[in-house]
Order: sequence, then structure tokens, then C-alpha cells
Amino acid sequence: MPSKVQVHAQINGNPVEFACEPRQSLLEVLRDELGLTGTKVACESGNCGACTVILDGLPVNSCLVLAVEIEGKAVTTIEGIAPADGLHILQQKFLEHTALQCGICTPGFIVSAKALLDRYPDPSEQQVRYWLAGNLCRCTGYDKIVRAVLDAAACLRSPG
Amino acid sequence: MDVNNPYSENQQGPFRVIGTRPVRPDDTLKVTGQAIYGVDVQLPDMLYGAVLRSPHAHARILSIDTRQALALEGVRAVITAADLPDMSEKIAEMGDSQRYQNDNILARDKVLYYGHAVAAVSAASAHIATEALGLIQVVYEVLPPVLEVQQAMAEGAPVLHAGLRTDEEGMKGESPTNIASHMQTLHGDPAKGFAQAAVIVEREFHTSAVHQGYLEPQNATALYAANGQITIWCSTQGSFSARDSVAEILQIPAARIRVIPQEVGGGFGGKNRVYLEPLAALLSQKSGHKPVKMVMHHHEVLAATGPAAASWIRVKMGAGRDGRITAATASIAFAAGAFPGSTVGVAMGTILGHYRIENLQIDGYDVVTNTPWSSSYRALGATNAAFASESVVDELCEKLGMDPIEFRLINGVREGDPRSNGRPYARIGFLETLEAARAHPHYTSPLTGSHQGRGVAAGYWGNAGGRSTASASINSDGSVSLVTGSIDLSGTRMTLAMQLAETLGITVEDVKATVADTDSIGFADGSWGSRTTFSTGWAVYELGQNLIRLLSQRAAEHWQVPAAQVSFTGGIFTVGDQKLGFKELAARLNEHIPVMASAAVNPDGVGPAFAVHLVDVEVDPETGGVKILRYTAVQDAGKAVHPAYVEGQMQGGTTQGIGWALNEEYIYDEAGRMLNASYLDYRIPTCSDLPAIDTVIVEVPNPGHPYGVRGVGEMSIVPPPAALANAIHAATGLRLPRLPMSPARILEAYEAEEINEI
Amino acid sequence: MQAFDYVSADSVEQVVSLLSLHGEHARILNGGTDLIVQLRGGARRAAMLVDIKPIPEVNQLTYDPALGLSIGAAVPCWSLCSHPAVIKHYPGLVDAASLIGGVQIQSRATVGGNLCNASPAADSIPALIVHRAVCVIAGPRGRRELAVENFCLSPGLTALQPGEFLVALRLPHPQAGFGAGYLRFTPRSEMDIAVAGAGAAVVLQAGGIAFESARIALGAVAPTPLFVPEAGEALRGQPVSAEVLLRAAQIAQQASHPITDMRGTSAQRKRLCLVLVRRALERAVERAKGK
Repeated sequence: MPSKVQVHAQINGNPVEFACEPRQSLLEVLRDELGLTGTKVACESGNCGACTVILDGLPVNSCLVLAVEIEGKAVTTIEGIAPADGLHILQQKFLEHTALQCGICTPGFIVSAKALLDRYPDPSEQQVRYWLAGNLCRCTGYDKIVRAVLDAAACLRSPG
Repeated sequence: MDVNNPYSENQQGPFRVIGTRPVRPDDTLKVTGQAIYGVDVQLPDMLYGAVLRSPHAHARILSIDTRQALALEGVRAVITAADLPDMSEKIAEMGDSQRYQNDNILARDKVLYYGHAVAAVSAASAHIATEALGLIQVVYEVLPPVLEVQQAMAEGAPVLHAGLRTDEEGMKGESPTNIASHMQTLHGDPAKGFAQAAVIVEREFHTSAVHQGYLEPQNATALYAANGQITIWCSTQGSFSARDSVAEILQIPAARIRVIPQEVGGGFGGKNRVYLEPLAALLSQKSGHKPVKMVMHHHEVLAATGPAAASWIRVKMGAGRDGRITAATASIAFAAGAFPGSTVGVAMGTILGHYRIENLQIDGYDVVTNTPWSSSYRALGATNAAFASESVVDELCEKLGMDPIEFRLINGVREGDPRSNGRPYARIGFLETLEAARAHPHYTSPLTGSHQGRGVAAGYWGNAGGRSTASASINSDGSVSLVTGSIDLSGTRMTLAMQLAETLGITVEDVKATVADTDSIGFADGSWGSRTTFSTGWAVYELGQNLIRLLSQRAAEHWQVPAAQVSFTGGIFTVGDQKLGFKELAARLNEHIPVMASAAVNPDGVGPAFAVHLVDVEVDPETGGVKILRYTAVQDAGKAVHPAYVEGQMQGGTTQGIGWALNEEYIYDEAGRMLNASYLDYRIPTCSDLPAIDTVIVEVPNPGHPYGVRGVGEMSIVPPPAALANAIHAATGLRLPRLPMSPARILEAYEAEEINEI
Repeated sequence: MQAFDYVSADSVEQVVSLLSLHGEHARILNGGTDLIVQLRGGARRAAMLVDIKPIPEVNQLTYDPALGLSIGAAVPCWSLCSHPAVIKHYPGLVDAASLIGGVQIQSRATVGGNLCNASPAADSIPALIVHRAVCVIAGPRGRRELAVENFCLSPGLTALQPGEFLVALRLPHPQAGFGAGYLRFTPRSEMDIAVAGAGAAVVLQAGGIAFESARIALGAVAPTPLFVPEAGEALRGQPVSAEVLLRAAQIAQQASHPITDMRGTSAQRKRLCLVLVRRALERAVERAKGK
């Protein structure tokens, strides 16, 4: 059996230690070793964004990161998006706008959208669409997703 | 009361729940990532399976040697078709489609498409399983493939199935062929009708196979326990049909199989059929009865699961100066893929089903090709058909100088017109949908740029009924737990809860809807045909009536009041002198003897749907690039139980139709290997390719449903390719008869026209 | 994926030593957005991955008005494209680098990796070529430099010798009157491999009405990104006009020899050459005048 490497990292604010083979992607380790199945496996080739997580502040396709590469780094997954009590505004707006049908792409979209709003609090519709182009959805036609993200952005800008 | 519509009073409302937009409870788990899909299933002591697939499009299997694979450390079992029950004695009873399903699961003598499953392994990890595949040695005798439907129909084409003969309306042909069947519909006298026409248009069209494109790959986890009981957790659109398929394939009584459906990450018809379930079960049996999990890689999904059929369609239509269609003929050939059984019959019913045509002949051909066995994809071929017929209608309108909506108003079917089965249409909403499209500001808004154009197309979809069951029990607070076997692909737990809440006069928060496994609820047909909100909705409505009847009866007994003095209206029970709300009464009666009810239906009264789509495009003549500027989808939903869900279905189907129209196709090399089996090169629309998609929900209540519901899920994928073709024509003068209308094809069309003009 | 060892390198010397020792069994792991896909699909094999990202030198992105721009091989596209000096002085490079995949890819993919992957359709390479970029390569015999247009030899094959790897890219500071642009055609608005791509850089004479010099490079129309010196030469001393631009585009088109594959037809690519070179030149001229 191929030998394993010990990795120490931070996931959703919690220190984590795991052993994995170098060939295991971050996606595999999150889902199969750490039980964090919220990040989804779909294309496994960086084309659909269903596996999006935030790595050191940046949205990445976790299928294209080897788990060994996160040594000493911080990862946020969909499981780490909501505050301790309740839902993140993006999650709330996805629900209100019916921005999901089957929901398999939803974690990826929410993580990507969070990365967008963290950096650009007042995006135009065009900017939202271009930022989210790395996340595929087959059910919704994107319309309600874009509306939900724009609404969440507006709410974050004026919390009152 | 409207004698043609026994539910007309019911349907008038006012509604308390139906038509509102409550947030779906199970959605919370989806936005937090906590919902469990088939791909997420994890069981203790689980093994992983993988499938070896044919690298050839057409070949005889001469031998399979699995010894090296079995010897790899970590591998537990390897199976081939030889491990499936021998069905040769049952072939006569079995029926062709069962035999095809068995052969598709694991190829027996021949592989018939690139990606055809040949063997499967179970191992301690997914990586080891994949490595083991590389150690299985298969010797093939490669045969010439036939990839296109026209080629497959031609004399001298390589034949896929030596025993296949053309079924001509029940009569079997004599020579080996790839044409599995030829069907025909004939009304009136088309030749005479064409003779009466002032204008005639005749065109030929080709469409590529397209994949449903769901993001969650096929998956199944199976445990074949030592006592012979099989449990399967999977991503499927029909848990009962999956169960029955596994039973047939493994020759095990269905009663020994329990399918526990998980959340589904997209289906669109592609998850009606089993691929991995029987393999995972068999591997589990042979791996010391450990659970085996199998998940397809995306390239397997694209290369080896069933797409919508490629097609070759010819349409000829004639109309008088007054715009009335005098005759039409259509010839539709579908590439069924490796085995017969495409949805060409459905295409035949929809291609011109929305028009009143006395003189009509439609020929349909089901043709096998060395490509994956075609499957259902949202409206089952109506899209292919509408691309052809609605392009021809557009040309007719142009020749007549007639407004495209006016033409369709003249010719569109309405209540009382005969359907193809001879019976008259009940109340339908095609004309209303056309009027709504015409009245929409989009229809008359000016186009101001160059190379811009607007297209219109209509579509028809019959929708389906089918068998559904529902059961309910009362909770201690009087709220209701509703259970059905209808897989929820996109929100039907909510639309069913809403229908029950409406029927019982309670709030939707007081109905908790779940989807149960095949042991825990009565039989349900799968979630396909846009049937769930309609048919399972019927079951829920009947369930509500049964519950009210039961509670009334129990109330009479409990409060010692004559039955005639118990009534129920607007959510309130009147029991003698008392008035009690549903929840209060139910909670009380539930304490003494628990309250439960059920219903089972197979309803008639399915309401057809109609849609009209408007699209504005801008074409870049230098690159062939098409930009969609504006899109409006108008559709008759009968009654939108949850309008946001209906909008979502319209937007989603439209987007799939856009991909079908502009970019999606299967690309093969000459040897029949699929080259673009990835989401990089199988190009589905991204967020930045689309504008907002405006939706207009028309409501002409279906007299066949207590709340007027018509299926909505599939209709919207039907018009987009035709609407875009017509828009591109308006923008460029070019008619594109081949899907996808990719930039390369548009450039070629420009070039052909330049040559023609010289 | 086959099993492999993983080494997190901390110096250029360590990388050179490992590559020299293991030869073609070791591969550089940079952003990983090409390599991991290839390893997973079996298109490439490796027994060892050497991760260069921890090495400080390959992460440096520095701009100096005299020396120009130095892009470490491991600088991700998002970082490059958001650097103020790069945006200001090298917008033509930003054109290209910002097109590589969506945001998730941009977080990891690097221009260095895009170059070393040596796809004929790579977006960054025509832009690097027209900017006169130079590869800084470390190997067993020390460092050497190579013009970017000579780096790709055939699809997937570069001029890197055993033991060598790309450390950085150097771009000269743009002179007065300089402007550059990169354009490509894809069927979707994002997320596609270029059907064809064109990079153009011009230097306008004082007054901005004639060309001092120009460089034109094409993508996805030859086995490697194609530098077409004669197309740029045709602009030297010529007035800035539509006819002149068209002429240069025609020369570039003639130099192209595209194939038909699943992403595009040869005829389509030929036609696109003309269109994209013309448009890239127009953009370059606009930028040159804007200064």
C-alpha cells in the first residue's frame, strides 16, 4: 500500500490532522476521510466548481488541490459558512429566491459567492455572472442564483 | 359548475396556500451542505467499485481474463456478464427491452459503443479499484462502427444485432437491419392538401445527441446481506423502477430488494434507468457481503450513459394564403444508440401536435447506432421535433408575410379539437399562451443594433399521469406527516405539502413531507413525465379527502354526534355545536387511536402544456458567435402551485434548450470514440453566457386536476432551439438546419451564402 | 491516479537536484490545474511531484521602471492580474492571464505553469511573446535565459533540459508609445479553451500615426503558439490605418496552419486569425495612443 503523509491544517477554524496518500485530492480527503460531504464531487476536472472551497482566502477547486498541499493552511468549506447560530445571508437569500432545485451545485455557488462578496461588496450583475462562470448549474438557468447573490450583497451593504 | 370541468369551483380559489411561495424546509440542509445525495453515502466497512469500459465502438468480445486484477492487493471481486444470471431460456418471455437492459449493464458477446461496460471490480479504495481495471485483459475483435443515423439506415451498413428485423406496425421484416421499427400516423390526404397549398416549405434537419448534463454522477451503494436481502442507496428518479430493474437483472424477487432513494443531484430523465445498482449489488454479494459504493467519473457519465437521441428529420408543410395549414408530412429518424427503444414515438406525437392539421402523415424510425443507448431527456425528443417543425413554420410565415404568432393563433389547437388518439382536447391553453406572448413588451420592443434578430417558437408537451401513492399520519400537535414514494428532484415535497395543506385547510408549515423507500410506501412510478405535482398531487388530494372523511367519522364517534352533524369547510370541523380547527381535532383524536390515511391513484385527466418562447440574439458575423440579448418564456402551467418553482423549471429547461441549440454535441473520431467526454468540451451554458430569463406563467386550469395543475417541468426545453434558429435567421438571413448552431457552423453558413451570392 | 511521492521543495537547488536525480519520473507541481487533471486522466505519469510553491524566489512578482516586470513561476494569475503595476503597464498580459479558467482556476493557475504545459492554445503565451518575455531557467549547469517564443517545441513539449525548471519570466519595461492586447475566440463566454487566440504589441512613433514596430503572435493555430515576425515587420514605418492592420492580419493568417479538431475547424480558425489579429492590433493601438 502506498505510504501516507501526515498533514496539519485548519478547516473551518478548527485544527485538523489527517493522514493521506499524496495522490488524494483535498476534495477526496474532505469527503471520504473527514466526513465533510458538503463539498460535492461532480466533474473532478476543474470545470464545474461543485467542489469549491476557500483556501487561504481564495476560492479554489478542491479537486485540483492535493490534500498534502494544505499543510499549514486554512480551508473554509460550505460547512464553515454559516455563523454559529442561523444561516449566512447568502444561504438565506438562496432559500428566499428559490435559487436551488436539486441543490448539488449550491454549496459550490455559496462558497464562490462568499469569496466574491468578501472582495467586491457591490458587484454589478455582469460581475456576478462572470465571477460565477466557474460554477455550473444545470437546473436553474442561473437567473435566481444571480438575483439571490445581488440581494445578499445589498443586504450586506446595508445591514439595517 | 362547468360541465366540462368538474373542478372548476375548486380551481377558482381563492387559495390560501396554492400560489404562494413558501421556503422549502429541506432546502436548508441543501444550502448548508448537509443534505445527503447518493454520492455522499458512506457505510461502515465499505468497499469501492469501478467499471471497465470498452475502448471500441463496435467489437466482439473474444475473451476476458480477470486473474491479474483479482490478484492485486486490495481487490475483492471482479464480475463480468458471465456472473449475471443466464437468461437464455427466458429470452422469449423476457421481451426485448429487458434483454437490452441486461446487455447494457454488462456487455455479453459484443460491445456496441465506446464506454460500454465490460467488467466491474470491488476494492478497498477507489484508487485501487481503478488500478485493477487496468489489469483486466480483454481481447476484442474490432468491427466497423456505424455512428450516424443516416449511415445506419443505408444499405450495406454494418449491422449491430444480427437478429434485428424492422417492425413495421407489428409486421417483422426479413432482412438484417439497423432499423428496429417504422411507425406511421396518417390522417386525411396529404397529397391533396399540398395541392391546395399556396406556399409549401420542405426542409431537412439534423440534431446531435445531447446529454442531460446533471452534475451528480450516477452512483449506487449496495449491501447484499448474508440473508439475501439487498439494500440499495442511490441517486435515481424512480426507486420502484430501480428496484424492479435490479430484480429482473439479478433474477431475484423484488420483495428482497429495498431501494432507499437519496437526494438527487439532477436527473432530467437520465436517472430513470439503472447502470450501477445491479453491479454494486452483485459485487457486494461476492465481496463477503460488504457494502460496495460505485460512483461514475464524469467522463463515464458523458460517454456511457444514455443521452437524448441524435436525429434526422424532414418536414414538409403547406399553407393557404389565409395562413391555414393544408397539409404536413414529417419523417423522423432517431438514433436509438446501441439498442432499440428511442423516444421517436414521442417525437411523432409532438412534432405537430399543437396545430390543427387534417392532412398529416408522420413516419418515425427507431434506428440503432454504435453510440450509447439513448435515454429520456426532458420532453423525450419533442425538442428535436420542434426544432424542425417550428423552423419550417417560421419559413412559412415569412413566405406568407404573416406574423408568427398570428399564424399560430389561426392554426393552434383548442378545446374540442381531436388529439392523435382520436379523443377531443379538454380545456387547453395554447391560444392563451400565444396571446400572452404577443402582449408581452418583449414582442414589440425595438432591436437597435446590427446583426440582431428576434425569434419565436412554440411547443407542445403532453405530460404524463402514472401511478402514485401517498400516506399520512397525524403528529401529537395535529400536524401531518405526509409520505410518498415520489422522488423529489426539484421541490415536489413542497408542492405536494402545499396541495395537502390546501385540501386540509392548514398551513404548509404544518405538513411535513418526506420521500420513503420502497418498503415503506406504496408503489410509485418514477419522477418523470412532469407527473409528480399532477399525479402524486392527485394522490395527496385524495389522501386529504380520505383523512377528512376518517376524522369526520371518528369525530362523530368520539363526541357522540350523528354523522350528519359533522362537516368540514375551510379548515374547520363543525361537530354538533363545536367548531374545531383541523389540527386541534386531529391531535385530540390521534391520542385515542392514531390517525392514518392513504390513497393510491393512476389518474386520467392529464393536462397538456403549451409554451411560446421569444428570444433576441446578436450574431458576430466575423466569428459566428451568438449572444443572447433577451429571453422570455411563456408557458401554461394550469395552476402554479408554487410559482417560484414553476419559474425555475421554465428557466432551467430554457437554459438546457439553449445549450442544446448552440453548443452541446457528441463528438466522435472515426473509430467511434467520444472525444469530448468532459465538462470542458461538452459545453453546457455558464452563468456568463445568459441574460436574465423572463418568465410568464399562464394559468388555464386543467379540468383533470382538482387544483388545475398541468405538468411544467419538461415543456420549457422544447422551443429554445427553434426560437434561436429563427432569431439567428432574423439576424443574419441564414437558416441553420443542424444542431448545435455552433460558431463554426454559422461561419460556414455565411461562407456558403457568400459563394451563392457570387 | 497512480501513486506518487510528494516533496515540498524549499530551494531552487533542491528542485534541480531532484529533477536531475529522477529524470522524467519527477514532475514539477505548481498550480496543479493542468497537471492534476492529466495525472488523473492518465495523460501524464509521475512517480514524484516536486512542489515549488514554497520557494520564495518563484513567488516574487516585482516591477521596476528600469528593469521591467519579473514574474515568479509560481505567481498565480489572480495575483498577477490584480497587481497595480501590471494592470497599468501590462494590460495586454492581463487580457490573457485573466482568461485562464474561472475564478477558482485563477486562484491557483500560474502564467509559468501555463507556459510549461505548452498547449498550442495556451492563452498567456501569445501575450508573453509579443511582450518580448524571457524565460529564466534554473538547471544543473546554472541559470540560462530563453526567449518565450523558443520555449515550446511541440504540444506538451518544452525546451527544458533534464534537471531544468522555469523559475521566472522577465518582461522588459514597455517603452513610450507601447500598447498590447490579447484576444481569443471561445464558444462560451468563459471556461473554454481558445479556438484561436491572437496577441499583438505595437510601438507607435511620436504623434501616434505610424508604427515604429510591432509583434504579433497566434494561439491554437499551430502545434505551438506561433510568433509571426513577418506580420509585425509589415507594420514597421506604416501609417496606422485599417488597410495596414488588415494586411498584417493577412500575413499572420498565412503563417497559421491550424487543424480541425473537436474545438474548431481549420477553416474557422483561419478566418478567426484574420479577425482576432485585426482586433488585437486595434486594441494595442488604442492602448498605445492612450498613453
